[in-house]
Amino acid sequence: MKQNNLLKNSSVQSLIASLMCIIVGLLVGYLVLLIINAEGAWEAITTIVKNFFYYPSGPAKLKYLGNTLVKTAPLLMCSLSVLFANKTGLFNIGVAGQYVVGAGACLYMALALQMPWWACLLGAIAAGALLGAVSGALKTLFNVNEVISCIMFNWISLYGVNMLLTQVKETASPYTQNLKTAAPQAMLPDMGLGTFFSNNQYVTIAIPLSVVVAVLIWILLEKTKLGYELKATGSNKHAAKYAGMKENRNIILTMAIAGGLAGMAAALLYLTGYEQWSCSQSNIPGMGFNGIAAAFLGGLHPIGSIFSSYFIQHITAGGAYVDKAVYCAQVSDFICSLIIYLCGFVLFVKSAMNRSIAKREEKAASHTKEEGGDK
Amino acid sequence: MLLLIQYTLIFASVLMLVALGGCFSERSGVINIGLEGIMVMGALGGALTMRYLPDGTPEIVMVLAVVLAAALVGALYSLLLAVAAVNFNADQTIVGTAMNLLGTAAATVIIKALNTAADPNNVSATIQYVDQKKAFYFNIGSMELSWFMLIALVLLAASHIVLYKTRFGLRLMACGEHPQAADSVGINVYKMRYAGVLISGILGGLGGIVYITSGVSEWKFENGVAGFGFLALAVMIFGQWNPIRIAAAALLFGMLRALSNVYVAFDFLGNLNIPGTVYNMLPYIISLVVLIFTSRNSRAPKAEGIPYDKGSR
Repeated sequence: MKQNNLLKNSSVQSLIASLMCIIVGLLVGYLVLLIINAEGAWEAITTIVKNFFYYPSGPAKLKYLGNTLVKTAPLLMCSLSVLFANKTGLFNIGVAGQYVVGAGACLYMALALQMPWWACLLGAIAAGALLGAVSGALKTLFNVNEVISCIMFNWISLYGVNMLLTQVKETASPYTQNLKTAAPQAMLPDMGLGTFFSNNQYVTIAIPLSVVVAVLIWILLEKTKLGYELKATGSNKHAAKYAGMKENRNIILTMAIAGGLAGMAAALLYLTGYEQWSCSQSNIPGMGFNGIAAAFLGGLHPIGSIFSSYFIQHITAGGAYVDKAVYCAQVSDFICSLIIYLCGFVLFVKSAMNRSIAKREEKAASHTKEEGGDK
Repeated sequence: MLLLIQYTLIFASVLMLVALGGCFSERSGVINIGLEGIMVMGALGGALTMRYLPDGTPEIVMVLAVVLAAALVGALYSLLLAVAAVNFNADQTIVGTAMNLLGTAAATVIIKALNTAADPNNVSATIQYVDQKKAFYFNIGSMELSWFMLIALVLLAASHIVLYKTRFGLRLMACGEHPQAADSVGINVYKMRYAGVLISGILGGLGGIVYITSGVSEWKFENGVAGFGFLALAVMIFGQWNPIRIAAAALLFGMLRALSNVYVAFDFLGNLNIPGTVYNMLPYIISLVVLIFTSRNSRAPKAEGIPYDKGSR
C-alpha cells in the first residue's frame, strides 16, 4: 500500500517516466551502434555516457567537465524558458528564435558598440523578451497560434541576425570576431571559478547564474501570486478570467519572461567566448530545440531541468569522443532526439500508471469488502 | 529571367508537394510540424536509391525507383507521428519537433556509416549524384525542366479531387473538424488520421528528394533541408488548407526563394542593394501578416492537434 502511495506522487511518476525515456533512448542508440559495427558498439556507448571520464588524468577530466558545464548553462536557461511558457499552457517553440536574437543582440552590443558585459547580458534578455512578447501579443490580439508565429519568428530572426552580425564578422571567415581580443570588456567575469576546473578560461559566472535563475523561477512559480495566476491561466483560461485574472496580460507576460530567459541563454554562451556566431549558417542553432528536450525530460520542473540539462549536454559532449573511424559524433544527437520523441509519451505513461494503480486499489477494496461480508 | 522561372518552378514544386502533405495531415486532425524531418528522410531514401542503382539503369526506371523510394521512406518515417498521435495521444507538437531533429541526426548517422564503410577515409555525410540526376531533367528550348514538376502538378490535381470530390476526402476532413460527429456516423477516426499522416509522409518524402536534386548534384545531410519543411508549413497556412490556394502560395514563396538565389542577375534588383537574406525572410513575414488578418476566423481544421478520445464530448 505504501509503495502505491509513492507511485501516486506526480513527481515520482515524472521521474520514472523520464528515466524510462533515457533508458529506451540509450538502448535504441546502442542498437544503432550495433548495426553500424557490432564490435565497438559497447565501447562507443560507454564512451558517450562517460563523456569527460574519457580522459585519464584528473586535471583534464576537470577541464572537460568545465566545458560540459559551460554549455549546460545556456541549455538550462532554454529549458526554463520552455517549461515556464508551458505552465501557462503555451508551447514556446520560439525558444530557438529568442535564443538567436539574444545572441545577435549581445554580440552586436559587445563587438560593434563595445559595451560592458552586463549591458550585453541585459540587451540579450531584452531582445528575447521583446520577441516573446510579440508572439504573446499576436496570440491575445489576433488569435494567432503561438506555435506557428514562433516558427515564423525563428526563421525571421535567423536571417535577421545573420545580416546584423555580418557587420562584425572576421574578414576572412564567416564567424564573428573573437570576443577575447575584439571586446574583452564584454567577457563574462569568471570570479576565479576557472581555477577549479584546471584553469578552464570558459568557466564563468554563467554557470552559477543559471542555477540561481532556475531556483528563482521555481520560487516565482510556486511561491508567488503571479506564479499562481500564470498557472491558473494555463490550466483553465476561462476560469482564470472569471476569477478576475487578466488572462491576456498573463499570456503576454509569460511569453516575455520565457523569451527573456531564452535571450539570456544565448548571452551566457556567447559572452564566454566559447563559440563564435557563424553568419552564414542556414539552420537555426539546436540549443533551443534541445531546451525543449531538457524541459520535458526534467518533468517540467525547474529543479528537474538542472539535472536533465546536464544529462543531455553530458551525452552530447560524449558523442565527440567516439571512434571517428567507425562511428560519428551525431550518434548522440540521434539519442537526444529519440529522448525528446519519447517525452511525447510521458503523459500516456503517467495516465497508464494511474489507471493501473486505480485498478489495483479497486481490487483491494472489493477484496476487503468481501472478507467483511463473510464474517 | 529564364533561370528565375526555372528555380521558381522547382522550388514551387517542392513547397507545393510538402504543403499538400501537411494539408492532408492537418485536415485529418493531426498537426504535422515534423515535415522538415520527413523531407530529410524522403531525400535520404531517394538519394540512396540513386547511389545504389547500377550505372546502366534506364532513365524511366531510375525516375520511378527514386520516386517510390522517397515516398516509401517518407511514409514509413511519418508512422512515428501517426503511432504517437493516434494510438498514444502524445503531444503532437513535441513529437513533430523531435522528428525534425531525429530526421537530420538519423540521416547523418546512416550516411556517415555507409560512407565510412565504403571508404575508411570518408567521414562526410555527403551523397553525390551528378550523373544520376540527369535522368530527372529534360529541356524545352533552353529551359531545363524536371519530371518532378509534372509529378507535382498531377498530385495537385489529385489532391484537389481526393479532398473535395471523393468519399474518402470528405470523411478525412470531417475527422479534422469534428471527430466525434464523424465517429457517430460510422467513420473510423483512427484509420482516417493514420491515412492523413501517411499521405503527408508520402508527399513530404517526395518533396525532400525534389529539393535535394534541384540545382545541386550532391547533398550534405548534416544540413537537413535548411528550413524548407517549415517554409512549406507557411505555404500551407498562406494557402488556408486548400490545395488550389496552396499551389498559388507555393508559386509566390518559391519565387521569393528563387529571387534570393538569382537576384544579382537583375539590374534593377541588384541596384536596390537588398541583401539576399531579405528575400529569404519575406515568405515568413508575409505568412505572419496573413496570420494576423485571418486568424480571427481561421480556416484551420477545428480539431487539429487534439488527440481523439472516444469518451469525450
